[in-house]
Amino acid sequence: QVEQVKLLDRFSASNKSLTGTLYLTATHLLFIDSSQRETWILHHHIAAVEKLPLTTSGCPLVIQCKNFRIVHFVVPRERDCHDIYNSLLQLSRTAKYEELYAFSYNPKQNESEQVKGWQLIDLAEEYKRMGVPNANWQLSDANRDYKICETYPRELYVPRTASKPIIVGSSKFRSKGRFPVLSYYHKNKEAAICRCSQPLSGFSARCLEDEHMLQAISKANPSNRYMYVMDTRPKLNAMANRAAGKGYENEDNYSNIRFQFVGIENIHVMRSSLQKLLEVSGTKGLSVNDFLSGLENSGWLRHIKAVLDAAVFLVKAIAVESASVLVHCSDGWDRTSQVCSLGALLLDSYYRTIKGFMVLIEKDWISFGHKFSDRCCQLDGDPKEISPVFTQFLESVWNLTEQFPQAFEYNEAFLLQIHEHVHSCQFGNFLGNCQKEREELKLKEKTYSLWPFLLGERKKYQNPLYNPDFSPELTLLEPNTVSFNFKFWRNMYHQFDRSMHPRQSVSNLIMNMSEQNKQLEEDIKELEAKIKRRNGQSDAVLLKENQQSAHPAPMALKTPPCFKEQPLIPVNDAVRTIEGSNTADNRYSELVAEFSKAEPAVVSLEYGVARMTC
Amino acid sequence: MEFAELIKTPRADNVVLHRPFYPAVEGTLCLTGHHLIFSSRRQDNAEELWLLHSNIDSIEKRFVGSLGTIIIKCKDLRIIQLDIPGMEECLNIASSIEALSTLDSVTLMYPFFYRPMFEIIEDGWRSFLPDQEFELLSSVTDEWRLSCINKEFSVCPSYPPVVIVPKSIDDEALRKVAMFRHGSRFPVLSYYHKKNGMVMMRSSQPLTGTNGRRCKEDEKLINATLRPGKRGYIIDTRSLNVAQQARAKGGGFEQEAHYPQWRRIHKCIERFNILQESLIKLVEACNDQSHNMDRWLSKLEASNWLTHIKEILTAACLAAQCIDREGASVLVHGTEGTDSTLQVTSLAQIILDPRCRTIRGFESLVVREWLQAGHPFQQRCAQSAYSNSKQKWEAPVFLLFLDCVWQILRQFPCSFEFNEQFLIMLFEHAYASQFGTFLGNNENERSKLKLLQKTMSLWSWVNRSEELSKFQNPLFEANSLVIWPSVAPQSLQLWEGVFLRWNRPSKFLDEAHEEMISIIKYNKELQAKVNALRRQLAEMETDDRMQENL
Repeated sequence: QVEQVKLLDRFSASNKSLTGTLYLTATHLLFIDSSQRETWILHHHIAAVEKLPLTTSGCPLVIQCKNFRIVHFVVPRERDCHDIYNSLLQLSRTAKYEELYAFSYNPKQNESEQVKGWQLIDLAEEYKRMGVPNANWQLSDANRDYKICETYPRELYVPRTASKPIIVGSSKFRSKGRFPVLSYYHKNKEAAICRCSQPLSGFSARCLEDEHMLQAISKANPSNRYMYVMDTRPKLNAMANRAAGKGYENEDNYSNIRFQFVGIENIHVMRSSLQKLLEVSGTKGLSVNDFLSGLENSGWLRHIKAVLDAAVFLVKAIAVESASVLVHCSDGWDRTSQVCSLGALLLDSYYRTIKGFMVLIEKDWISFGHKFSDRCCQLDGDPKEISPVFTQFLESVWNLTEQFPQAFEYNEAFLLQIHEHVHSCQFGNFLGNCQKEREELKLKEKTYSLWPFLLGERKKYQNPLYNPDFSPELTLLEPNTVSFNFKFWRNMYHQFDRSMHPRQSVSNLIMNMSEQNKQLEEDIKELEAKIKRRNGQSDAVLLKENQQSAHPAPMALKTPPCFKEQPLIPVNDAVRTIEGSNTADNRYSELVAEFSKAEPAVVSLEYGVARMTC
Repeated sequence: MEFAELIKTPRADNVVLHRPFYPAVEGTLCLTGHHLIFSSRRQDNAEELWLLHSNIDSIEKRFVGSLGTIIIKCKDLRIIQLDIPGMEECLNIASSIEALSTLDSVTLMYPFFYRPMFEIIEDGWRSFLPDQEFELLSSVTDEWRLSCINKEFSVCPSYPPVVIVPKSIDDEALRKVAMFRHGSRFPVLSYYHKKNGMVMMRSSQPLTGTNGRRCKEDEKLINATLRPGKRGYIIDTRSLNVAQQARAKGGGFEQEAHYPQWRRIHKCIERFNILQESLIKLVEACNDQSHNMDRWLSKLEASNWLTHIKEILTAACLAAQCIDREGASVLVHGTEGTDSTLQVTSLAQIILDPRCRTIRGFESLVVREWLQAGHPFQQRCAQSAYSNSKQKWEAPVFLLFLDCVWQILRQFPCSFEFNEQFLIMLFEHAYASQFGTFLGNNENERSKLKLLQKTMSLWSWVNRSEELSKFQNPLFEANSLVIWPSVAPQSLQLWEGVFLRWNRPSKFLDEAHEEMISIIKYNKELQAKVNALRRQLAEMETDDRMQENL
């Protein structure tokens, strides 16, 4: 506990601050300001802590979080600052899974609720929904004991004609043993999205089993002879991989494949792109042009567009040509997950429901071994393994929700909350890098699942404009991927910088209103019933009156007879209030604050925006 | 002159109309004096397109064999293409459109020929008179008077006949001040802040010249707005450099020595050709569907449009802040005081005054701060983003103002009585209209053109309930507070409703908007019903009790 700590406004030029007390708990960093407002920061969310040079007011401490919150404290005594710094460094770097918050988090559920929570998403059920197993596809037990591929789930669906030797052979020819398996099956077109890792083709190697495997996939699709193989990497990267004995499929060796590169960059490019984006958006006194050129130089939106363009390509192959598609990148757990899951989302409206989106993440990301632990740096590890691949997926989905406001059952808050918990390590779902690891950690016994928790708060995540009839089952969304459709996601990267957001949120307002409408409908029913009852009652009373002159006072007397028209449900007030609507929250405010102090003739301001002669 | 002389081919058949995101339609093209009319004869859905010639910004023609193609680019930024069989016909039509869309006489414009098909309930020409405005003012303060000094436009050609000035300054002094200000635009009242009695005035630059001329009356006039011992702020919409250079041409700025109670702040807002170029570049970027992400962002950046938005909003916020937070009076001017000055004064009022966020109040603001204040609409809106002529008077000053209002509307979606459509409508009518409201460059010209007698006011049409309902914001809830917008680049957005309007299908967004409106409507219905039922129940209870008492 340290008192008299100042929390600086990230974008304020005059170093406006709140003074309060800083507490360190086992799991959180807590700051309570003088007006008793609390700021909680989970240690696992801390991406970096930095101690800046001592200033006159104290020792500055900057904390960057994985959910893009940045807080800037000034601690009066350097010793305290140093202590906090060291403790945070220790607390935010966890060495063992067992020390993560999820293992100590207890939401007061009993054991059966915990088990039920984990059973909420059942992938076998999901494959059944898609229509597999069927005449062409079957469940394979080849990986039942993780013997063929450690990073795949136990249950895998493959073409019926792919025998076990073919599977084993193919897996040996694929990086990390990740052989082609079914990711999504399109019932109507009988076409499949399959996924795998790159072939170990080098410059000339080939593998008959792998060729058979691909043939089996195209044969499993009766409506089209050929299939697409999408290598989601840029061609150059794929070629470079050949030198290491890896590479891509040679069209001559495989019958009836159409091979296509789509050019999504690798995890390292994405990591530095996000880094650049954050540097730009975090600049104080940013000009419009610096923002736009910074956005451009970061390449971030270009990458988002590339991911979505790839998904659109995939979807066209399936929906227009009824062709099956095999997607891979290098290891088949980053770009492949992005493209497969977005493709399925565009093809199947189920994934645009709240439950369906959970299923999609469980299937294409968690079960197929996207390395959440490494990519999100859950444990202290190799910083080169960190990459915002999943964040890009969520951002692509957000872009789609902007283009199709009625097609999604969930809203932006849902995406943000999932992003929050991918990094929070509060629930077991995203811990570890693959299913095998999760089983070893006994996550289902020791931790809780995020999904029932989100479903419990369902109301918060429902899109009030959602129209289930917007696109009937299995009709695809055709997003427009012209550049101007891709916008900076302010609510993600500035989620905690309130002064930048609209002061009144239309979506919250509409959400509350549609909630309120349900309540009002109930009220009307109730009132109508009451009136009906009363009508009956008063008839009865009249009847009674006729029969006998003396009668007991009716109950109604006790209720106050006067009726005042009152605002029905005051929920709206909270949403409508204009939070932070004062000059102090905005950039231009400091200008006046400066010159109101009656100062010398020429004041040149920090940004050089204004030069004032007084 | 007869329009018929200009129309060489009044009609062409088998013309094909192409618009982005719509299937091509075949039909008949007709040219009239003021309209280009295209009608498809298809029985199933007959379609008509009426386009005012004055809305046409530029026209291009191309030939492939005997098939001619005309590409028409409109001031509202729409682009359409007409395929016309027959080379001669196509040439005739193109040259007719060219001639009709560039008539130089104002009196030949459509508003002088337009006969409204609706009943006029309220004459818009009389909806917003200065006297009414003054009456409102005099109910809260008696420090101001209505001066008729400019009755015959004799003192200042770009001012209206009556202006509001400090009571303590007589007309004689005003005449002297007028001599000291560019274009005779002496300081007049723009806004009175009821909350603290502070005011915003606007004028043009003082004519100090290189030898630092001064005018005692000018000093006295603006000092009259200060409380004893208080300071005021002069917001000069030019950079200090530009203001200093203006001295060489006889202009200048208020010297500290002569205006000791005033602090001058320079907030640079760009002028004319720079803004026009910015618009041209922005629209070019928006119309190019092919470019990749990086090119789009760099083109958006190169247009500088959002930078201008930020500059204007920042200056307006600063003015508002001086008044509301610092409790100081403000004088705003640039060079002429007809462009950036008006952007700042009108936006500051939207921030400060809840009345300006209503439909009626906003119309009144446009009338006061733009039309009567002498923004040269005819010069500025003669051409839009597709013009290739390099005339130097065109500038999207008013469009930038509307864009800034839209930015604030986006940030405070419940605080405005009007919606985005209302702003888009004003943009369209400022550039091409059947109404006389935006004709002429100032009140002087308007009175010479006898617009009041000969044309219809836009407000007569807008303020009818049928039209108003289209422009109402269903989320509006009066908000009496000052609303401070964020000017961070992350908070500013491209106005898609104007700039991407014709470049992307908006079906899904429109449908979502409809759905939103229906939720709000349903909510109101339910609330009313619950209230009615409650009342009914209460009445029954009272009846029961009365019976009881009998």
